[in-house]
Amino acid sequence: MIEWRDEGAVLTVRPHGESAAIVELFTAAHGRHMGVVRGGAGRRMAPVLQPGTQLAVTWKARLEDHIGSFTVEPVRSRAAHVLGDARALAGLNALTALLSFSLPERAPHPALYARSVTLLDLLGHADAWPLAYLRWELALLEEMGFGLDLSRCAVTGERDDLVYVSPKSGRAVSAGAAGEWADRLLPLPPCLLGQGPVRAEEIAEGLRTTGHFLEKWLAPALGDKPLPGARARLVDLLGRRM
Amino acid sequence: MGDRPREIETLIEMMARLPGLGPRSARRAVLHLVRKRAVLLVPLAEALRRVGETVHECPRCGNLTTAEFCEICSDDKRANGELCVVEDVADLWAMERGGAFTGRYHVLGGTLSALDSVGPEELRIPVLVARVRDEGIAEVILALNATVDGQTTAHYIAEELAGAGVAITSLAQGVPIGGELDYLDDGTISAALKARKGF
Repeated sequence: MIEWRDEGAVLTVRPHGESAAIVELFTAAHGRHMGVVRGGAGRRMAPVLQPGTQLAVTWKARLEDHIGSFTVEPVRSRAAHVLGDARALAGLNALTALLSFSLPERAPHPALYARSVTLLDLLGHADAWPLAYLRWELALLEEMGFGLDLSRCAVTGERDDLVYVSPKSGRAVSAGAAGEWADRLLPLPPCLLGQGPVRAEEIAEGLRTTGHFLEKWLAPALGDKPLPGARARLVDLLGRRM
Repeated sequence: MGDRPREIETLIEMMARLPGLGPRSARRAVLHLVRKRAVLLVPLAEALRRVGETVHECPRCGNLTTAEFCEICSDDKRANGELCVVEDVADLWAMERGGAFTGRYHVLGGTLSALDSVGPEELRIPVLVARVRDEGIAEVILALNATVDGQTTAHYIAEELAGAGVAITSLAQGVPIGGELDYLDDGTISAALKARKGF
């Protein structure tokens, strides 16, 4: 019997048979991992198995490639803090859906895990979470091998006045170098460079840029599945805030 | 299985698909039905046939009915301007058991779910918006489950009805009757604390 213990956040829950559920977690040391939770479809477990909940889990299986079973212990509930806030709830849905969409199974991503848990804890508690979410999408792209280079201009090499991102190379472009190509480039809001106070418009611009690369780079690499609708809903809600 | 007639085998397979029944309990139930042919099997078959032929969804609210419209929609006394939105018929029945709500219902037929690709078009949300506009509704009560999918759906409906000029409310969340704090999850306790009221 193979057995390990870990901690992770719930991504998805599907009923399995009469009373069990197949739960998909993003764990600290084992990445995105599934397992059967006996009684997981029951009323007692319903509050525990909500997306975003932090769980301490033990996974057991006879063979490594079996789906195995989880025994779970709640560490921290998160859904209850965001159920009353449409935007934060959309943020939770987008984050869990994108992780489920993007991550390969059973491959650890400790840095992304740490960022994801921090963001999950921010949801519903602070106005700062939209920026944290935007930066999390950048981190997701980087972790999946599609990182953007926003450190210097792709044309001139200069580090100042960076206001665009090339939709083809994912590299920053300065205002001076953009020239007549400016209207074909994606926005690079200052908040993505850690500059100045964050305006809601900047978040929307940043999400347009990360959305482009999620759609044009990441999704084709994953079999050209459409991006989860939960992300589009979040973008829509944050855009309306402006 | 060679030791059982094909007809019995088919019935067991059908029964085993019902919620709460597996193959073993389906076998027991079928055996019991066959033994109590006159008092159970024949009346059950007749009841199933009648339900199959007559029961349909109420075109207005989504409740189950045998008439053109369900009893609640046909009762003028329930047209008091309150419309309670529930996920499915089982929730409507639960609300009716409580006996506290005297208005009408709207059954969505599910919740929005990114995982299962359920969007607004798959639910009866456009019908709800039309009902609110046409039936003189003053208050829409969102009685959806306190789950991520349930509340995502509730927020979506609230946005859809934002310009309709109706009050939009939702059920309270917190400690259930008979609940002991020690046995509640931390999410429920924090929701109850947020929704505390004067005593």
